[in-house]
Amino acid sequence: MTVAATNPMPTPPAKATHSLLVPNAAMGRRNAAEKRFRAYGLAAIAVSLSVLGIMLWSIFSDGLSSFFQAKLTFPVTLSSEVLDPAGNGLREEMTKVTTIGYGKLLTAAFTAELAAKGISTEGVTDKQLAEMISKDAPGVLRAKVLGDTSMLDQTITMSVLAAGRIDGYLKGRVTMETAERDGNISPEQLQLADRLKTARILGSSFNTRFLTSPDASDQRPEAAGLGVAILGSAYMMLLVLIICVPIGVATSIYLEEFAPKNRWTDLIEVNISNLAAVPSIVFGILGLAIFINFAGFPQSSSVVGALVLSLMTLPTIIIATRSSIRAVPPSIRDAALGVGASKMQTVFHHVLPLAMPGILTGTILGLASALGETAPLLLIGMVAFVDNYPSAPVEGFMDPATALPVQVYSWASRSDPAFIERSSGAIIVLLVFLVVMNVTAIILRRKFERRW
Amino acid sequence: MTVLVLVVATLVIAGVGFFLGRSRALSGVSGNVRDLHSLPGYYGWHVALMAALPAFGVLLVWLIVQPIVIERNIGSLLPAETVADATAFKLAVADIRRVAGGLDAAVLAGALTEASAAELTSGGTDVRAVLAGVGVALGSDVTNDTLLSAQMYRSMTATGALARMIAVLAVALAGLGYALSVTRAEFRARNRVEIVMMGVLITASSIAILTTVGIIWSMLSESLNFFRQYPATEFFFGLTWSPNFRGGSDLGFIPLLWGTLYISLIAMIVAVPLGLFTAIYLAEYAGPKVRAWVKPLIEVIAGIPTVVFGLFALVTVGPFLRDYFAQPFGFGNSGASVMTAGLVIGILNIPFISSLADDIINSVPQSLRDGSYGLGATKSETVKQVILPAALPGIVGAVLLAASRAIGETMIVTMGAGASAKLSLNPFDAMTTMTVKIVGQLTGDTDFNSPETLVAFALGITLFVITLGLNVFALYIVRKYREEYE
Amino acid sequence: MEGPIQMKDIHIEERVVSDHKAKITARGVQVYYGTNHALKDVDVDILAGTVTAFIGPSGCGKSTFLRCLNRMNDTVSSARVVGEILLDGEDIYDKRVDPVQLRAKVGMVFQKPNPFPKSIYDNVAYGPKIHGLTRNKAELDEVVESCLRKAALWNEVKDRLQAPGTGLSGGQQQRLCIARAIATSPEVLLMDEPCSALDPIATAQVEELIDELRSQFSVVIVTHSMQQAARVSQKTAFFHLGNLVEYGETGQIFTNPKDPRTESYITGRIG
Repeated sequence: MTVAATNPMPTPPAKATHSLLVPNAAMGRRNAAEKRFRAYGLAAIAVSLSVLGIMLWSIFSDGLSSFFQAKLTFPVTLSSEVLDPAGNGLREEMTKVTTIGYGKLLTAAFTAELAAKGISTEGVTDKQLAEMISKDAPGVLRAKVLGDTSMLDQTITMSVLAAGRIDGYLKGRVTMETAERDGNISPEQLQLADRLKTARILGSSFNTRFLTSPDASDQRPEAAGLGVAILGSAYMMLLVLIICVPIGVATSIYLEEFAPKNRWTDLIEVNISNLAAVPSIVFGILGLAIFINFAGFPQSSSVVGALVLSLMTLPTIIIATRSSIRAVPPSIRDAALGVGASKMQTVFHHVLPLAMPGILTGTILGLASALGETAPLLLIGMVAFVDNYPSAPVEGFMDPATALPVQVYSWASRSDPAFIERSSGAIIVLLVFLVVMNVTAIILRRKFERRW
Repeated sequence: MTVLVLVVATLVIAGVGFFLGRSRALSGVSGNVRDLHSLPGYYGWHVALMAALPAFGVLLVWLIVQPIVIERNIGSLLPAETVADATAFKLAVADIRRVAGGLDAAVLAGALTEASAAELTSGGTDVRAVLAGVGVALGSDVTNDTLLSAQMYRSMTATGALARMIAVLAVALAGLGYALSVTRAEFRARNRVEIVMMGVLITASSIAILTTVGIIWSMLSESLNFFRQYPATEFFFGLTWSPNFRGGSDLGFIPLLWGTLYISLIAMIVAVPLGLFTAIYLAEYAGPKVRAWVKPLIEVIAGIPTVVFGLFALVTVGPFLRDYFAQPFGFGNSGASVMTAGLVIGILNIPFISSLADDIINSVPQSLRDGSYGLGATKSETVKQVILPAALPGIVGAVLLAASRAIGETMIVTMGAGASAKLSLNPFDAMTTMTVKIVGQLTGDTDFNSPETLVAFALGITLFVITLGLNVFALYIVRKYREEYE
Repeated sequence: MEGPIQMKDIHIEERVVSDHKAKITARGVQVYYGTNHALKDVDVDILAGTVTAFIGPSGCGKSTFLRCLNRMNDTVSSARVVGEILLDGEDIYDKRVDPVQLRAKVGMVFQKPNPFPKSIYDNVAYGPKIHGLTRNKAELDEVVESCLRKAALWNEVKDRLQAPGTGLSGGQQQRLCIARAIATSPEVLLMDEPCSALDPIATAQVEELIDELRSQFSVVIVTHSMQQAARVSQKTAFFHLGNLVEYGETGQIFTNPKDPRTESYITGRIG
């Protein structure tokens, strides 16, 4: 390392150096490659986000209209001759009149109203006129009259659902051209609908029944609602919460705080991580084989759905809970053990409360993913047509029910395009629930986030 | 006394036990807590647990054993040939249960008295009409055998319920009494309670194992049942899938496997480049603000239920592909197609790949980036030649996990891929997958003894093995490469 | 690297440096990290054919300044550099200058050996490949061999050029990183505490290498160790709290510091 005066420094070898200020060709190529690469990244993000946008847009544009429904409003005279043939006003006697009788009454009232308002029904047969009223309407009127028999012989203004095709015409789904080819509706009926609209007999209003009614048959998409599905989903989420939180928290505590390093523990760990990656449909098969065929739980019931969803959600909740337990610094445990608390007391008095916000957030996110799960529920029979509300808990957990995402699927697989609107509308409801849950989780996380 | 009421009653006993135990412990030391071994609450908990746990154990065992015992007894009333045939026996028992349930409902509704229900004979009354009157619809008339069995079923169930109640409550009270008798100042209540809690923790954590065992057992036993009726070689190597519920089905697995793999391949062709470039852009190029907005937005995709993607495939993507690609270019005119399902699953998997890859790229040490930049490499050169090779094992793992998800995806293929099992190369053809057929064969009215239904379990366990294999392989690769670089 | 290695203590040699012209001229350099003023008004001339050492306590700004010289601070989004740094009379912060091209001319070796997870050969060949410095494989082989020789690593690795670079020992890894840095034929070589992660024997090997590299490159080395600065450098700059306190001949700095802060640091009272 000696550099003496006798050994003068060699001058640096002369190199053909380019000035930094002059761009050279190679750099141009490399910078172009750089720009291209960056553009690929941006393009990937743009594609992903625009597909997301297109998807949400197509669902909202298809589905928002399901919250509005075409209704016919006209006065109906509740003639006791038709509705109370026995003439004694007794409710028991009146139940003998079926919806067919009420249907005739409605049709008559509708025809009379058209005549009174001077609306021409040219080209529309009487049968077609009757079909413009939803097949759901007589049942509604019947329930109303039987609920309050004092209305007999009065004239009330009824607002009843219009038939699905008329509703579709107002929403632009049904046009004159499609009506030509459609056996269920004629262009003349649509022209009449235009006249009814001008006469303010036909109008559109907010459709609360979409959120409260049970499902309806293929013939009357206009009456189909999400009531049973929302109730079923709510029952299942409640049960999933009751099942998953204690088991998930207990498992996490055991694995993080107590489990010895042995084969059994390894086995549990491997199982949890594998279960998180098992396709959801496999859990459906499990539910069908074990809970329904073996244990004899009733098909389509929310309790079976909840059990299946719980098994699927447990790994998620366990993973979230463990990481929030792990985030509690060891100094806290040392401090508690140092004042003579038992290990169990340390965990339950100190570690668990500190880990609670994380557990809560993880649980909400787990529930959100369970809420959107469909495939396993198909296998345990929740896709069946259910038009009765399940009764109140606890017996209601055993009653047939359906779930929001399953309702989306079963409407999507029906032939009448009116059900696609319903299906998209159901998705909007589902997404609203999911957004609420996720936002709650984010708020909780922000509020309780702790940096040790 | 229903099970629910019994559970509540036991809990009430346990609750009373808590206070008794606590006050007994306190009175033993005349209120001086310092003389107790444990905090007073632990004595209470000890009593409560001793009352509740054994009682619940008895209840659980009873609930499992009683139906088996009753079924066996009913067997003696049924014709011998019915008992010999497992299916017929199951059906008969189900019938008896329905009739018994109907009688219960009739008694509840007041259509029958308890005595008349027990004495009903099929000759004397139209049982079907009586039950229909209370809302229990029966498929056929009730035979005398069934009615007798149903009556016996009812009486045994009633006796059983009574005995159950007595047994459970007796055990609960005995537990309470024992625990109170050992409650003394020097009694180590806390240690006892903690041992029980530890047991609870261990039991809870074993549920993961039980689930796996349940999955494998349920699918394996039904699959074996299937392979007894349908040769395994024809299933695994058969080239035609045409189930026929009247018998004589071809249940070849190859067309389903082909559909599954073809769709997954298209999904991966979409998801891998898009996901990877998204991750690279977010990790290496995007500023903190862009990242803070774009990353959650991309992850929104992952939070949307798959049934929504299914509807998107059915209503938007399928018709779009059909009208603008398949029909103009003569590829067919089906909206449901491999391409439709593949594209949509690909989109669903973008956030999965991008967030895994993002984590992996971020975990490549900064020193490697510095080294590359210090040599005058551009960002893209650094990414391509240093970061991606270093992150490769993790990325391969992520891609394999995504592939396993694509293979197991159900709703999108059910709604977007079609239902016809075909061996075709045309991506605009409707094809079908294993998951679609599992749903198809197991929904609706199913007969759990026909190969057409049982094949779903064989498909299920094949799917389980394939996805499990992919997951294990992914983890293995990641581990192996990690060791190499450490 | 044969023969016993002699560890020297502070022992200042006679040095001839005055006849070298300035390679890098820095005037009024300020660096901000966000609102933190990390480097205040630094003026330095780095001479060609010379080893220049930057010394000073942790956080004094010496590494920050080093990273300005090849614009590595550009990769930190919050960093802002003010002032003028000229390389051969050209402002390296000029808009027309591509930092990528600059870094090929001003190479860098980092604190921790950071070989890429590639083979030894590919590590060295990386720079020439991305800058397109060689026309064919034979030429690349030649460059790799000569760089590994210059880095005094050739004899140890010539039989396993395809083995991963991460499998070498710490000292070998750092020499590999030096070989990698000189493979782009830079004019200046920046070294950020290149020996801090090495054991004494590896340190001695690297120090000897630095002295040999001086004949071809200007070397700038940041070091914590005053002994190391004294052993390898001809010029020394002392930084303290973001200020350049003193800059001069290494011998003068260590034997006759002009500033009391320099003296305190050298005698171990601050640091």
